Amino acid sequence: MSVAEKVPEASPAPDAPRRRRKRVTDEHGRHVRAWELALRYLLLLAVLALTVGPFVWQLSTSLKGPTEDIFSSPPKFLPGDPTLHNYERVAETIPVWDYALNSLKVAAANVVTNCVGAALAGYALARLRYRGRRVATLVFILAMLVPVEGIIIAQFTTMRELGLNNTLVGVLLPGSIGAMNVLLMRNAFLNLPYEIEEAAYVDGANTWQRFLRIALPSVKGTLAVVAIFAFMFSWDDFLWPLIVLSDPDKFTLTIGLNYLHGTFANDERLVAAGTIIAVAPLIALFACLQRYFFRGVGEGAVKG
Amino acid sequence: MASSSSTSTSTSTSTSTSVPARVRRQLPTSPWLFAAPGLLVVGIFILYPFVSTLINSFTDRRTLVPGEFVGLANFRELLHDEMFWIGLRNSTLYVLGVVPALVLLPLLLALLVQKNIPGIGFFRSAFYTPVVASIVVVGLIWVWLLDERGLVNSLLEAIGVGRVGFLSDQWLLLLSAMAVTVWKGLGYYMIIYLAALANVPRELHEAAAVDGAGTVRRFLTVTVPAVRSTMVLVGALSSVAAFKVFSEVYLMAGPNGGPAGEDTTLVMLVQRTGTGLTGRVGYASAISVVVFVVTVALMLLVLRADRKEDA
Repeated sequence: MSVAEKVPEASPAPDAPRRRRKRVTDEHGRHVRAWELALRYLLLLAVLALTVGPFVWQLSTSLKGPTEDIFSSPPKFLPGDPTLHNYERVAETIPVWDYALNSLKVAAANVVTNCVGAALAGYALARLRYRGRRVATLVFILAMLVPVEGIIIAQFTTMRELGLNNTLVGVLLPGSIGAMNVLLMRNAFLNLPYEIEEAAYVDGANTWQRFLRIALPSVKGTLAVVAIFAFMFSWDDFLWPLIVLSDPDKFTLTIGLNYLHGTFANDERLVAAGTIIAVAPLIALFACLQRYFFRGVGEGAVKG
Repeated sequence: MASSSSTSTSTSTSTSTSVPARVRRQLPTSPWLFAAPGLLVVGIFILYPFVSTLINSFTDRRTLVPGEFVGLANFRELLHDEMFWIGLRNSTLYVLGVVPALVLLPLLLALLVQKNIPGIGFFRSAFYTPVVASIVVVGLIWVWLLDERGLVNSLLEAIGVGRVGFLSDQWLLLLSAMAVTVWKGLGYYMIIYLAALANVPRELHEAAAVDGAGTVRRFLTVTVPAVRSTMVLVGALSSVAAFKVFSEVYLMAGPNGGPAGEDTTLVMLVQRTGTGLTGRVGYASAISVVVFVVTVALMLLVLRADRKEDA
């Protein structure tokens, strides 16, 4: 995402004599007014405080010991005597590590089913010729347009009919192969040059071999995007697991946190520790794989 | 995010029909084997529930009782259900409050991080952090921040404003939930705008600057027209999402949407009415149908506004 320099802001506006101050030159030799650069960083820091500050405050709260006043005014931003005590206590209050494991199981399974299912279906829509392909494409497009929040009750009764409500499989299934992911993979396969696969076909490679050895390795980037977003959506999901899970043993982390908040709402340190446990893995994942997160936003939205 | 790629996929259908004829020979079953898992999942868990939602809305089905066809009784009941009107009002207010902010603020943010000054990559990533966090985490963080004794109120008291009941007043609560939705969405739409801004020709800005246009003037006459289609896209995506709001309000106002339920949104009402052993599946489905209809109407409204401006 390389963004062009905004030249006009660096060149002096003719109607601004009172802004004339000390000037600095940037690496391209253009004039950058110092006050403008300072203002820019000041704004950036302000937004930074607004977007990341709340997470830091939560982390700080989770590290404050039982004797430290967390309600003080003016507030104390750093814990006086940092302790991991609250993390031990949250594990004693709710089985938070079991919940994290449940979330991890569902999210990992969601990554596998989405990658495999979406790659196969995407390839079928993009490359294979058969009667009904257009209908199959239309099915995925329609499915993508259905607002999930509007069908949760029917999804719940469907799960009941299948005997899968209150199971982790039930949490997994509705999103296990996202229509959106299928269409993303389809587009990725369509953008590959066809000649290579054609050559492989002439050499006697069958459909499966062409898919696995030639097409799939060329769309690794999109596959990574599908994997990351499948993990994130599953790990973060709230409404569906809230509806399908009723047994506290099977809770995922988000549902467990909601339960913790509802039951021990007055213990801010405890809730803070729980939220940090829930958010830390995703922030770590994001820190390592940023470009795929950004690319996912691009592939999902900007193409339209 | 979901709605937009449908346009791109439908336009690219034509390119795929140029597959050479000799590739057609293959095992007749294999294409369906490739597509089958996806079609099954989508068919059973998305399309079938969608159709059965429509059908159920005309029945008095309950969780444990199959129910019978009751015609439009559910919809007639909706008209006299005070809670339904509260839900419709709140979900509509949510759209009106959230969408303008999510169309404008991320654009300003994108302009702020557009220039490649040292450390800008860090800021872009940091601004995106709320997007990757679960809405439950985000909701609980803000419940604590906006608490009667929380950080925001401590700061307000320190500067002499006094404490504000963000989470106890019906309207302040809804407003706070909107602010949280905007806060969580900023980074996502910022990235969308950044990609759009990268395509704005630099010459336009230069020409405007030569003509003596100031920053605000250039924003209105160069930037906004250049990213207008992206603004429409963001408007469409965010309005559909805002109307279906659930988690933020559920977490901040509680499962019942405040003491008397006055902060209930439509999807909260669907969840509350249709789940549990005594859940009124038929009635909840009727509310869902209203959600469908308004969602589609919102999309059409935004897209139509776009087309009118084009003409």
